[in-house]
Amino acid sequence: MASRDEIVSTVKEFLSEEFEVDKSTMEPEANLQETLDLDSLDYVDLVVVIEENFGFKVAGEDFVDVVTFNDFYALVEKKLAEK
Amino acid sequence: MEHRVVITGIGIYSCLGENLSEVKDSLYKGRSGIIFDAPRKEMGFRSALTGMVKDPDLKPFLNRRQRMGMHQPAMYAYMATKEAVENAGLDIDQLSQSETGVIFGNDSTAGSIMETVDKLRKKNDTTLIGSGAIFQNMNCTVNMNISTIFKLKGINFTVSAACASGSHSIGLGHLLIKQGLQERVICGGAQEINGTAMGSFDGLSVFSTLEDTPTKASRPFDRDRDGLIPGGGAATLVLESYESAVKRGAPILGEILGYGFSSNGDHLSNPNLDGQHRSLNMSLKQANIKASEIDYVSAHATSTPVGDSIEAQAIYDILGSKVAVSSTKSMTGHECWMAGASEVVYSMLMMENDFIAPNINFENPDEISAKINIIAETKEQKIDTFLSNSFGFGGTNSSLIIKKIK
Repeated sequence: MASRDEIVSTVKEFLSEEFEVDKSTMEPEANLQETLDLDSLDYVDLVVVIEENFGFKVAGEDFVDVVTFNDFYALVEKKLAEK
Repeated sequence: MEHRVVITGIGIYSCLGENLSEVKDSLYKGRSGIIFDAPRKEMGFRSALTGMVKDPDLKPFLNRRQRMGMHQPAMYAYMATKEAVENAGLDIDQLSQSETGVIFGNDSTAGSIMETVDKLRKKNDTTLIGSGAIFQNMNCTVNMNISTIFKLKGINFTVSAACASGSHSIGLGHLLIKQGLQERVICGGAQEINGTAMGSFDGLSVFSTLEDTPTKASRPFDRDRDGLIPGGGAATLVLESYESAVKRGAPILGEILGYGFSSNGDHLSNPNLDGQHRSLNMSLKQANIKASEIDYVSAHATSTPVGDSIEAQAIYDILGSKVAVSSTKSMTGHECWMAGASEVVYSMLMMENDFIAPNINFENPDEISAKINIIAETKEQKIDTFLSNSFGFGGTNSSLIIKKIK
């Protein structure tokens, strides 16, 4: 299973590419939605890039507790562990 | 009170060039944009000839969310509209604070639909198609994108009328302004260029098979024509009331005098002389001018044996044997949903620069095309008034008459 550092690196890479946001703005405790400027449509594309990079699909309700980037990394860790 | 309707901006993205300057140069030099597109052979095309444009890089102009809902029709239309709006001396702030609408011609989104279906079959999950597909796939994709990007507050819909879509969009925009319902309408036509969009058309065996000589293959009105060649891109015109144009000191490039239209009520694909007669006559009546006042006819002629003959006969019957005629499809191929708008833009460039673009590859007339005055070589000539014909599948016909304002 990927380490937290590997997950952070991979996530920053694909989020930066998909949402055209500089990686340096993705601080661990930064607000994910605000930093990436996500609207409701963008969450659909977030599901797509997660599936493309990690091979699992997240549901809308999985994002309920995701506020910061750290929350997002934790979600990815949890889903990878369940695979 | 009826309003005069003028054109204050034009923009173009076509196989003749990616802006007005490049396209004017190609028109003047009689330069063809037709190529042999080898991948079409692998797809099973009978003819791999096509006009070609590249997908523009929109990153310098639009953010990610603005680009997500765009496939070829909207991408091309954005480039043409950006140029037309700038050409009209307008910006987004002015557009958003005025009564400006958009009516665009488009009749397919096959390329994006195919990509969507491929993803769905691969993933078996609709979410994994992504957020942009629905906005790319709907036939009104151009309107959705243009109206949101340019923050338009007026009329907002798509005209789907086969190969007369672009022409009808101009005609309808003109009517709304004429009636005082809109101050300004952005009109145009878009045509995707991808094999998926044209496979079923090629399947009718109506495309030219002169694949060894791509630039010689589109030969409207010529005795040896053997079929059309598809093309694409987008063309945009900014129409507005004369009062609005004068009030803001806008450049007035021309006035729309007449819009004629008709339906054949006949065959799905075959042209019909009576339908074309009625469209031409209606445009003259609406313009309230005599046929002899037309200096130039931008013909619909696509290089098909039957279609060109019917149109040549219609032009002869209604406009006579002397008026200068050419089909720019000899250089662009048939730009289908875009053609009615792009050919008005091409004619506007001719009118502005005092020349008639050649009907290239017109080497020998046939019995009917010999009756009309087809311009085979670039001709220096002032144009005060021109007429542009568009005829589409299903028997939808449109004729526009536009005059220079001196």
